[in-house]
Amino acid sequence: MTALLANPLVQLVIALLALLGFVGLNGLVLVWMERKVVGFIQRRPGPFEVGPHGLLQPLADALKLIGKQLVTPRGADRPLFWLAPILSVMPVPLCFLPIPFSPLLTGMELNVGVVLILAFSGLNVLALCLAGWGSNNKYSLLGAARAVSQSVAYEIPLLLTVLCIAFQSGSLNLNVIAGHQSGILHWNLWVQPLAFVMFFIAATAETNRAPFDLPEAESELTAGHHTEYSGMGFGLFMLAEYMYMIIICGMAAVLFMGGWDGPVAPGWWWMVIKIYAMLAAMMWFRWTFPRVRFDQLLNVCWKWLIPLGLANLLATALIMKLVG
Amino acid sequence: MATLGQTIKSLWSMVVGMKVTGIEFFKPKLTVHYPRKEVDNLGTYRGHCDLVAREDDPLTPKCIMCGICVDNCPSGCLSLTMHVVGEGKPRPAGGAGELMLAQEVILPGSIKKAPPTGKAERVLDSFRLNYNYCSLCGLCVQNCPVSSLAWSREAYLVGRSRQEFEFDLLARLRAKAASSQGVKAA
Amino acid sequence: MALEANYGMVGDFYTQNFTTTHTGDGDTLILNLGPQHPSTHGVLRVVVELDGEYVKKAEPVLGYIHRMHEKMGEVKTYLQYLPNMGRVDYLHALGWNWAYVGAVEKLMGIEVPERAEFIRVITCELNRISSHLLWWGAYLLDLGAFTPILYAFADRERIMDILQMVTGSRLTYCYYRFGGVSADIGEKFISDLRAFLAQFKARIPMFHELVTGNMILRGRCVDIGVLPVEMCRRYGATGPVLRGSGVAYDVRRFEPYSVYDQLDFDVPVGKAGDAMDRYDVRVAEMVQSVRIIEQALDKLPEGPFLNPDLPDRFIPEPGEVYYSVEGARGKIGVYIVSDGSPKPYRLKLRSPSFSNLSLFAELSQGTLLGDAISIMGSLDLVIPEIDR
Ligand code: SF4
Ligand code: SF4
Repeated sequence: MTALLANPLVQLVIALLALLGFVGLNGLVLVWMERKVVGFIQRRPGPFEVGPHGLLQPLADALKLIGKQLVTPRGADRPLFWLAPILSVMPVPLCFLPIPFSPLLTGMELNVGVVLILAFSGLNVLALCLAGWGSNNKYSLLGAARAVSQSVAYEIPLLLTVLCIAFQSGSLNLNVIAGHQSGILHWNLWVQPLAFVMFFIAATAETNRAPFDLPEAESELTAGHHTEYSGMGFGLFMLAEYMYMIIICGMAAVLFMGGWDGPVAPGWWWMVIKIYAMLAAMMWFRWTFPRVRFDQLLNVCWKWLIPLGLANLLATALIMKLVG
Repeated sequence: MATLGQTIKSLWSMVVGMKVTGIEFFKPKLTVHYPRKEVDNLGTYRGHCDLVAREDDPLTPKCIMCGICVDNCPSGCLSLTMHVVGEGKPRPAGGAGELMLAQEVILPGSIKKAPPTGKAERVLDSFRLNYNYCSLCGLCVQNCPVSSLAWSREAYLVGRSRQEFEFDLLARLRAKAASSQGVKAA
Repeated sequence: MALEANYGMVGDFYTQNFTTTHTGDGDTLILNLGPQHPSTHGVLRVVVELDGEYVKKAEPVLGYIHRMHEKMGEVKTYLQYLPNMGRVDYLHALGWNWAYVGAVEKLMGIEVPERAEFIRVITCELNRISSHLLWWGAYLLDLGAFTPILYAFADRERIMDILQMVTGSRLTYCYYRFGGVSADIGEKFISDLRAFLAQFKARIPMFHELVTGNMILRGRCVDIGVLPVEMCRRYGATGPVLRGSGVAYDVRRFEPYSVYDQLDFDVPVGKAGDAMDRYDVRVAEMVQSVRIIEQALDKLPEGPFLNPDLPDRFIPEPGEVYYSVEGARGKIGVYIVSDGSPKPYRLKLRSPSFSNLSLFAELSQGTLLGDAISIMGSLDLVIPEIDR
C-alpha cells in the first residue's frame, strides 16, 4: 500500500482527483462569496432563500445550468463553439498541480512550476478567442478580439514581476520560492512592493475581472465572448474564470507572501486564508470601480506597467548582482 | 513632477472609493425580506378602487349609480348595471361612446358635494372593474360625488390569468361585509 | 433559403438602408445596439458601423415603444388624458403632469390656488431628484460600476415612499389636476421630507467620493463627447445637456411658471460641454432641487389644494395653447389645439429626449465604442419619452 502510494504516477492521479474536487467546491464557494460580498457592499443580503444564508444557492444554480438546453446558434462553427468552454477549464487542474499549499500538500513539485502555470493559463485566451470566433456573433467577435489583445499585453508585466522574484530566489520552483520566505518579515512583499502591486493589477486584467473586464463588458458588448453560450457552456466559462482567479491569487500568495508561512502555526490554512483575502480584494475592486476604456487599459499596460516592470527587474538584477 | 502628483492624486481617488464601499459593507442591510417582513407604508398605497359601504348597511354600497366614474374612466374599465325599482330590466349606466353626464350630480374635477336627493330609487345590480386596463389614475375615486369608491390597499395581487383581475366589486364588498360580520359574531 | 445562406443576417429595412448608405470601404462591421441591449435602457436601437473599435457612423432607430400618446389625446376628453402623462416619461412623471395641466389651465383660464402651486413645486422637484438619481446610477452602470445604482436606489426608494403618501403610486404618478393637485400634503409628509432632505444632503459627499473623483470615471467622461453650443442649437437640445455646454437656459428661470420666480436657486452650467460637465450639472441640480424644496416648504401657505370653483365641464373655447416646463431631461412642451369640443383637436408633445437623442448620431462619430456608450448615457435618454 505504502509502496503504491510512493509511486509518483499514483500520487499524480490522487492529486488530480483531489484537485478536481477542490476546483468544484471552490467554484461553488466563490460564487456564493462573490454574491454575498456584492450584496453586502450594496446593502442587501445577497442570496438568502436556498439553504441557510443562501449557502446552497450556487449548487442550485449549477444544477440549473447543467439542466439547461445547450443551444448552438445558427451559423456557428459547432466543434469550435463547444470546444471553447472545455478548453477554457481543461488546463485548470494542471495549473493547480505545482501550487504548494504546504510542503507536503503539493500536487507535483516542479522546478519550472511558475512557467507551467503561466503557460497553461495562457491557453484560456485561446478558448476565449475560439468562443468569439465560433459563435457567429459580432459581440462575441469583438469580445474575443479584446480578450486576445488584453491577455497578450498583460502577460508581459505579469512575467516581468514573476521574473523579479525568480531572480531573487534563484529558482522557478514554487516550493523553493515559498521556502525562502519563512517568517513574516522575509516575505517578498516587503522587498518587492512595487512588483506585488503590478502583479496584482496584471492578474486582475489577466483574469478579465472588473475594472478590466472588457472582453465581457456588458454595457458595450452585452456579454462579450460568451454572449451565445447557454447552460453549462456558460457555466464552464464562469468556473474557469473563478479558477484562474484562485490560481493567480495562489501564485501571488506563494510568490509574495511566503505561501504556507504565517505568523502562527504555518500550514496550508494560511495559504487558503491568503488566497481568499486576495480574492475578496478582487471582488471589492469589481464592485467599486467603473470599467476602464479599452485603449486606456492597453495604455496602462504599455505605458506604465511594462516600463515600471522593466525598471524594477533591472534594479532587482543589479542589487542581486551587487549583494549576491 | 506635476504629472506625478496628478497620478498619485488619481490613485488616491481609487483608495477613497474603496473606503466608501468598505464602509457600506458593514452598514445594516436595507432590504425588506418580503415574505418574512412587509413594508409598512401601504396605508397610502393606491390599489384598485373598491366600493364603500353605507354606514347603515354594510351590504349596500353608497353608490347612487350616477355613472360619473364609468364615463370618466380613461381606460373604460368600470362598468355597472342597475335598474330602477318598478322597471324590470337592468340597464347599463354611462359608457357607450359619448360622454354621458347625469345632470343631477356635480361634474368631474370638483370635489365631493352633497348627493342629490328625491330621485327615483335605483338598485345596483353589478359593479365591475376590469383591473387589467386600470391605470390607477384616481379619477373615479376623486370624482365620485358620494365617496362610494375608495382605494383598496392591495399591493400583493397575483393571478394566473387575466380573468382573475376582472373584479366584481359588489361581490367583494359583500364578501368583506360577511367576513367582518363573521368576526364580530365570533 | 436565401435567408439560410446569409445566416439570417440580411437585416430589416433599417439595416439594409444603413448598409446601402454606409461610409465604409467594406472593411467595417455593422452592429445593432439594441433594441435589447444593456445600455440602451429600454428599446432604443442604434445601428452602428464600427471600424475596429471606432464608431464610423451611428443611426438611432426609433419607434419600438411608440404608444400613440398624441393620437390618444385626440380621442380622450381633457380629463381622461391625465394618466397618459405619467407614462410618457415615467422617470419624471410629475414634470409631464405639470406641462399638461398647465396647458389646459392656460387654455381655460383656470386659477390654481397658491398652496397647490407650492405643492407642485415640492413634488415636482422631488421627482426631479429621483429622476437624476436614477440617471446617476444607470450612467455608472453603463460605465461598468455596479454599486452606485444601488446606493442611488436607497435614496430614490425613500423619495418614492414620500411621494406615495400623496400620489398613491410609486412611478407613474397621476397627481396634478386641473386647478390644483389631487391630495393635500400633510404633517407626516412634511416631516418625512425634511428628514429625507437632511439625510440626502449628507449623502452627496459620499457620492462624490465614490464616483465623481474617481480616476477611472474621469477617464471615461472628461473630454468625451464634447458638445458645442452651436450643435445644441441645431438639434434643439435642452436641459442638462444644453446647460452642460455652458448655456444657462432653464425654463424655470427664463419663462418662470408657477411660483418659481419667488424661489431662489442657481442654474448650474458646465464649461467644456463634455460628458463630465453634463454629469456635474445633474449632480448640482439635485442640490439645487433640495434648496428649492426647502424654500418651498418654508413658504408653504395655507389654503385649498384644489380650486373650489372649477367649471362643471372641461370644455375649453376654441383656441390653442403652448405650455412648457423644465423637466429632468429638458424642456417639456405641450401644445393643444381646441375646437371647442370636450376633446382636444390636436395635441403635440415636445419631448426633450427626442432632441437630445438626435444629436447622438453626430456626436458619437469617430469615437470609440466605449465612449459612444458613455455619450449615450450622458444624454439621459428615456426611450418611452422619445417615442411617445
Ligand atoms: S383609477 Fe382611473 S383607470 Fe382605474 S378605474 Fe378608476 S378611473 Fe378607471
Ligand atoms: S361615481 Fe360614485 S356614485 Fe357615481 S356611479 Fe361611480 S361609484 Fe356610483
